[in-house]
Amino acid sequence: MLLIRCPICAMDRPESEFHHAGAAHVDRPADPAAASDAEWAGYLYLRDNPKGVIAERWRHVHGCGRFFNALRHTVSDRLLATYPSGTPRPEITA
Amino acid sequence: MSNFRLPSGGRIDRSRTLNFRFDGQAFTGHPGDTLATALLASGVHLMGRSFKYHRPRGPIAIGAEEPNALVAIGTGARHTPNLRATQVELYDGLLATSQNRFPSLAFDLGAASGLAAPLLGAGFYYKTFFGPGNAWHRLYEPAIRHAAGLGTVPTLPDPDVYTQRHAHCEVLVVGAGIAGLAAALAASESGQRVVLVDEQAECGGFLLAEPHASIEGLPAGQWLARTLATLQARDNVTILPRTTAFGYFAQNYVGLAQRLTDHLAAPPPGLARERLWKLRAGRVVLAAGAIERPLVFSGNDRPRIMLAGAGRALLNRWAVKPGRRVVIAGADDAMYAAARDLAAAGVEIAAIADLRPQAGCDTAGLPVRPATAITGSIGRLRVSAADLRAVAGGGTERIACDLVLMAGGWTPSLHLFSQARGKLSFDAARQMYLPGEAPEGLVSAGACRGLSGLAACLADGYAAGDGRRSGVAVSGEIVPDGGVTGLLPGSGPRKAFVDFQNDVQASDITQAVREGFRSIEHVKRYTTTGMATDQGKTSNINALAIAAGALGRSMPQVGLTTFRMPYTPTTFGSFAGLARGDLFDPLRPTPTHGWAKARGAVFEPVGQWQRAHHFPHPGEPEADAVARECRAVRDRAGLFDGSTLGKIEVVGPDAALFLERMYTNSWAKLAPGRCRYGVMLSEAGFMMDDGVIGRLAPDRFHVTTTSSGAAAVLNHMEDYLQTEFTDLRCWLTSVTEQWAVITVQGPRARDIVAPLTEGVDFSAFPHMSVALCQVAGVPARLFRVSFTGELGFEINVPTGHGQAVWEAVWQAGQQFGLEPYGTEAMHVLRAEKGYIVVGQDSDGTQTPDDLGLGWAIGKTKPDFVGKRSLTRPDMLAADRPQLVGLLTENPATVLEEGLQLVDTAQPGLGTPSIGHVTSAYASPALGRTIAMGLLRGGRGRIGQTVHIALPHGSTPATVCKPVFYDPEGARLDG
Repeated sequence: MLLIRCPICAMDRPESEFHHAGAAHVDRPADPAAASDAEWAGYLYLRDNPKGVIAERWRHVHGCGRFFNALRHTVSDRLLATYPSGTPRPEITA
Repeated sequence: MSNFRLPSGGRIDRSRTLNFRFDGQAFTGHPGDTLATALLASGVHLMGRSFKYHRPRGPIAIGAEEPNALVAIGTGARHTPNLRATQVELYDGLLATSQNRFPSLAFDLGAASGLAAPLLGAGFYYKTFFGPGNAWHRLYEPAIRHAAGLGTVPTLPDPDVYTQRHAHCEVLVVGAGIAGLAAALAASESGQRVVLVDEQAECGGFLLAEPHASIEGLPAGQWLARTLATLQARDNVTILPRTTAFGYFAQNYVGLAQRLTDHLAAPPPGLARERLWKLRAGRVVLAAGAIERPLVFSGNDRPRIMLAGAGRALLNRWAVKPGRRVVIAGADDAMYAAARDLAAAGVEIAAIADLRPQAGCDTAGLPVRPATAITGSIGRLRVSAADLRAVAGGGTERIACDLVLMAGGWTPSLHLFSQARGKLSFDAARQMYLPGEAPEGLVSAGACRGLSGLAACLADGYAAGDGRRSGVAVSGEIVPDGGVTGLLPGSGPRKAFVDFQNDVQASDITQAVREGFRSIEHVKRYTTTGMATDQGKTSNINALAIAAGALGRSMPQVGLTTFRMPYTPTTFGSFAGLARGDLFDPLRPTPTHGWAKARGAVFEPVGQWQRAHHFPHPGEPEADAVARECRAVRDRAGLFDGSTLGKIEVVGPDAALFLERMYTNSWAKLAPGRCRYGVMLSEAGFMMDDGVIGRLAPDRFHVTTTSSGAAAVLNHMEDYLQTEFTDLRCWLTSVTEQWAVITVQGPRARDIVAPLTEGVDFSAFPHMSVALCQVAGVPARLFRVSFTGELGFEINVPTGHGQAVWEAVWQAGQQFGLEPYGTEAMHVLRAEKGYIVVGQDSDGTQTPDDLGLGWAIGKTKPDFVGKRSLTRPDMLAADRPQLVGLLTENPATVLEEGLQLVDTAQPGLGTPSIGHVTSAYASPALGRTIAMGLLRGGRGRIGQTVHIALPHGSTPATVCKPVFYDPEGARLDG
């Protein structure tokens, strides 16, 4: 049971209050009709699966209900940072 | 029966005598005894038969690491198998039975398998029990499982209550031996919340068996009493005895199993049997201690061959003489501590075989044989003599005895440290693994990090508790020092047991290496060493040493097996807690649940909802009831509880624009007071949900979703609103629970609903309208919609009024022949009309067009979620599975949903599937069966015949359009 800091509530809360919501910083193309089939398939399906730091989305579904972003290390399973959706990815590599 | 109880001493309460039975025979003991110590005091050392060879076994240890003395406690529903007799606290009336023996413990027919032992080595079942056919499953495995094994599980439901508790503290200390006590003492001085747990009934660890040492000027026992009194007096300290820290999870989240009643003869009613603590600690101090290692020599498993520390604890803590004439063997000074105490209690020390040329402590007056190994033993139901031989070689001397104590050195308990993902480091000089780099907020103290002796552990405990090292004064103890791993010199590998509980011998491990296994993880699985319920607490290091020796490699090169939770077996009851029976999963009854129940409705679970499936008359078969309900709707009117529909209120100046983007349809021009059927796609273009959406006001929509999709749809909407369409001003509120939905469907629906309604002009209230009004005097949202093809209304009223309005409608409907109908009739009626159920007729890989819903796509809309995906090449392929109707040649055949469609009347192995059946019912309106299915290129095959594969053969069906009844929609107006 991870402790996750909700950047909206500014509290450490147990993992069971949250839902994982996939990769972060995957922007929906502003004009989907202009995207080629390959570009659109990439947007839909192609995701990184790094050994190391990954940026992912979580939702504080049993709390404030907000989606936010988190940096997690896929080896240690440690959450290194959480930050609101729409804000830039922090510079953390550890 | 001999009496091995000393006349005085020990931490037992001699003022009270407890009666208990073991295999039916009556015994007595005292409070403070475990089952094992009470039996040993009564001269019973034979407590079990081994797993595979049925060899007679007695306890070698006094705690959680005990591999042999597994017993069953209690009877009937409270029968608990595989408990360690060394951990079972004695109470008056306790009933214990031995396991894995027939007909009796002393005379076990299964022991004949010992004669076949050479055939039963490592991996014997992989090699011996080949074919024919499935003989392994039919014949060999059941026979082996019968012959080998542990206890039997109870077959009755568990009558006890288990609770769970969430807790937080600044410091958790695991283990209340000297290091843990010191850590708790130091950590609690500053007022931090400290939780101290110990698996035993009494705190103190080895201090409980230490009569000589003096600590900080007090005898060990008095120091312990003073320390516990100090801790108990502090409000910020919680001491939990009988509590096992069984699992260590991320970020100092520790599972604690607290046993509350197992030690009580008559537990107070209402008290839970166990409490599972889910504890989050700021910092954890592991003071888990160390486990003494047995010696590996031929015949090392005979009853009354024990660990030296266990022998000493029996004497000092329980006043039990472990034997009368002892041979002590090993390579650790702990054996001299045992020898000193045993001699003082009148036990004859026959010989002390020290593998080392020189002991590490004073051995004056003891019959020490330096550089000597124990190489064998004899005896039937207990040891009767030990064989000693000089390490350098030469002859063997057989020495009569009734007790052998083994001092192989100590293995630090790294279980929790390793579960916490701490890194282990190997100390080559001492041949032991130690805690290395620790995760944040975790520190090890005392013997579990390789320290020996009370002084070192006390100082380490203080330091772990508050980060300060204070000088400590301890005198009078013999500090354990030394140790040995692997097969002893001069001993044969056969019957030299490494893993007692799984009957793994040294020869099994060397054989596994000979057969090519290189990693300890593979050796473990092939030989099963370390895989029993004790997880190899006493055996893993010896197994590793033997494998490493056979491979000619170092122990770290061979690896260490993974430590997994639970530390000791933990009951399912404690994990389940109160989540059993009715509390296992919340039930969501609808507002009319009681009404339906009173009318004999049969319910079906739909997610957590309980819905009325059909309303049988007394004695009426299900099929007849469903057909009757369907006819009532088609001929007159039916009443249906649609409250489970998901409902989301979308409000705000941009509400219509938001729905434009979330649904395929157009919403901007939908007038207030009108409804539209909406189709929601995932971004990948696949049908995700559907439902009717009513516009209540320019800035307010009442969105309905499928019953099962409500939460996912809201999440999907919130996701886009919060992260993609952040420019839109609108708000989403789940109102599923706020509105009861009373559905009236059928040609007489208007006749029933209109007189109850105020504020609606029914002459100007066409199909797909919505109005704010009053129904039966209650504020309502009235929808004119249909999921049956008949004239229909859905009356939404606040849930608290649901039953009252339902009953008003019911009364009003009596003169028109209104009947209640359930979910099965609802399904039949919708299938007759070809209305799909998302998730039944679709499976998440269908576009709207695949399901015949291409008309619902707003072609001129610039964008909506999923739009771009609809023009990906695969989505436009001609042979996509498409929804069609299927009419079986035999009009009485009701197909099973999920059956495969094929092109041939004689499908065989490998015949390709061209689709499958998604819905199938008997249709009263058509007087025959109907079905829908997804068929490759289906709309181009209307009129053709396909075959439905059955377990034996097939049945033909004609492909048709998926609308079976009233295709013109004439009945929607009643």
